[in-house]
Amino acid sequence: MKAHTRKILDKSFTGMGFMSVILLTLSLVIVLGPIFVRGIQAFLFFDTVEYRRMQLDLFDRGDPEEVKAELDEVWAERRFIYDTIAAFEEQVENEEIENSWEYPEKIDSLNDSLKALFGPRPDEPEPVLPRDRYGETRWDRAQQTFKLVMYKEQWDYSDPSAMGSKVLVPRIDSFRGTTVEQIFPYMEENLEKLMLPEFTFYWQFLTDKSHDIHFFGGIGAEVLGTFYLVIGTMLFAIPIGVIAAIYLAEFAKEGKIVSLLRTAISTLAGVPSIVFGLFGLAFFINTMEVSQSKSVLAGSLTLTLLVLPTIIRAAEEAILAVPKAYKEASLSLGASKLYTILKVILPAAMPGILTGIVISMGRAAGETAPIIFTAAVSVGQPLGLFETLNQPTMALPWNIYNLVTEHEAVDQIRHVQFGMVFTLVLLVVVLNFAAIVLRARISKKLRG
Amino acid sequence: MSQTDAKNVRVSKMQLSKDSIHQKKILNPETEKGHVISEDFSVFYGNTEAIVKANLSMPAKKVTAIIGPSGCGKSTVLRAINRMNDLIPGCYAKGKLIFDDEDIYSQYTDVVLLRKRIGMVFQKPNPFPKSIFDNIAFGPRLCGIRRKSDLQEVFEKSCRQAALWDEVKDRLEDNALGLSGGQQQRLCLARALAVDPEILLMDEPTSALDPRATSKIEDLIRELRGTYTIIIVTHNMQQAARVSDYTAFFYEGVLIEFAPTSELFTNPREKKTEEYITGRFG
Ligand SMILES: Nc1ncnc2c1ncn2[C@@H]1O[C@H](COP(=O)(O)OP(=O)(O)OP(=O)(O)O)[C@@H](O)[C@H]1O
Ligand SMILES: [Mg+2]
Repeated sequence: MKAHTRKILDKSFTGMGFMSVILLTLSLVIVLGPIFVRGIQAFLFFDTVEYRRMQLDLFDRGDPEEVKAELDEVWAERRFIYDTIAAFEEQVENEEIENSWEYPEKIDSLNDSLKALFGPRPDEPEPVLPRDRYGETRWDRAQQTFKLVMYKEQWDYSDPSAMGSKVLVPRIDSFRGTTVEQIFPYMEENLEKLMLPEFTFYWQFLTDKSHDIHFFGGIGAEVLGTFYLVIGTMLFAIPIGVIAAIYLAEFAKEGKIVSLLRTAISTLAGVPSIVFGLFGLAFFINTMEVSQSKSVLAGSLTLTLLVLPTIIRAAEEAILAVPKAYKEASLSLGASKLYTILKVILPAAMPGILTGIVISMGRAAGETAPIIFTAAVSVGQPLGLFETLNQPTMALPWNIYNLVTEHEAVDQIRHVQFGMVFTLVLLVVVLNFAAIVLRARISKKLRG
Repeated sequence: MSQTDAKNVRVSKMQLSKDSIHQKKILNPETEKGHVISEDFSVFYGNTEAIVKANLSMPAKKVTAIIGPSGCGKSTVLRAINRMNDLIPGCYAKGKLIFDDEDIYSQYTDVVLLRKRIGMVFQKPNPFPKSIFDNIAFGPRLCGIRRKSDLQEVFEKSCRQAALWDEVKDRLEDNALGLSGGQQQRLCLARALAVDPEILLMDEPTSALDPRATSKIEDLIRELRGTYTIIIVTHNMQQAARVSDYTAFFYEGVLIEFAPTSELFTNPREKKTEEYITGRFG
């Protein structure tokens, strides 16, 4: 090959490699960017006075005096709206207005939209469900809901050949020429005074349990459940995996059985994770009966099967990569094989083993399918340590899926969904980062 | 010990009877006591016989050098003595290799105990990736010494023996891999000495070192002579001449000649030996 063809080939290869790295980075940014930006909004956002009331009621946070003062303040502002409507209602009842028959429905609709924004009035009886007890707690949500106060959603079926389409009709048009007309510009002008938005850092999102299935509160139960699952998995997977790796690397005599074993491990790594889930249900719960039904224990055992191949392979490679000279030195000093493995080979292989372990931790934290049948529930309480033996748990991956697809008010809790995804991604990133740092530190210590 | 002497006589007699005249003057049984004695000792790698029926008796508390061209089986002999060859799949031995009246390859030998009594220094310095102190304390800890003060005592003693003390006394907790190659090799020597072995095996201990580090190791070997039985494999004939009392010359797995070093180098009995030491091959 001529020199310059070789050069061109070299260059184009470098270019292609560079391009693919750029592409990968870009797609990562495109995917992770929005997750991060929106996920952060579960922690950092503008809250409203309703949020402060909710935090005081449900979590006992905040200064009661202050919250009361704020409530008095906003209700003084809101008073005007409700008084105007009440006066108008009276007029309608007494039929002092033209076409008064058409107003009750409109007023009801207006009142509903106001209730969604401001919550029930202080003089109303307290609703049972927390979600009905408070108005919009987040400023971004409040602005959206406010739109539904200003505009009424209607379905337009005028074109019979197409599906009905949603149109927004200004509510003010329904009340033209009445006293109620004036509340709309009033609200538009004074929305901040009506809600008192304030910037807040809600780090307790990570630790708070949810109220009224994630309408309020945080994801503490999910985070805790995920930790239980990861730690439980590691409790089983690390000893089994490392011992298996030691056996394969140091004791196994190459032969049919061992090569069969290796093939089995590789195959295990390629099995779809839902199969592990079904196996976990059939084996650990139905056959072994480690627990009556789903439990953290059963889920951990199932996840153990899932991550074992990763740990075994990483550990075996790390052990095989330990220079033979260390082993020879140890044996020549009169160390037994076991002592050599424990005191010389394993410490030297530690960076590789740890990497495998931390990567599998990330996997155990993020896998959904294996825990569907074995450990996860959508609604529940944070578990105590010993309840993990026989109680199912909430967990980040499953509850993300659940909140996005099955929740009754999917649209109202977007921030929770993104917050959960963000937390999970962050957890995995932090774990991987920890792996890198740990690896570097131990390698440095080994290298001297 | 008289038993060993008796054995020596027997071995010598046996060797005499085996028409190998050149081995007649191997040892003077009156003054030299064989510490490691091989009788028709062979080592196989699978089907190939790497050592062919070697008969030799390496004297106690003296330095024995093993020389020969590359691939002649020097390392194989050496690694047979502490049974490091066991690590190689398919490697086995025939004949007898006697150490302290016991056959090293007998089925009753406790390999772990054997290796505690026979230290080894390898071709490439191979300190553990641990602190200097932990490297040397490895053997003593293995023997059950736990107390810090005891360990420190052993540490200092072996370091002084290996002429390493001054260089490491202020950096006990540093990683051993941060030492220079020569220091690392002396550390390995100190590590082997820390278990107080009877025999020191050295497989080309200076081949990875520069001349200055080499001469330091050679000085050490001369100093340790008289305290330990030292068996050293070397490629370097000057080195063998400088440090050893006895020299064994192997060629293609066969022990060609075994004699006091001065004799072997000045007045070799075998033609092969002469060819080798005059540099005609190898
Ligand atoms: N692990 C092994 N498997 C098979 N054959 C081996 C093995 N190790 C050594 N041999 C063979 O045994 C013979 C002796 O090898 P040995 O390593 O003892 O030579 P040596 O004299 O130490 O050589 P060098 O001076 O190069 O170190 C050689 O022919 C070599 O090919
Ligand atoms: Mg060799």
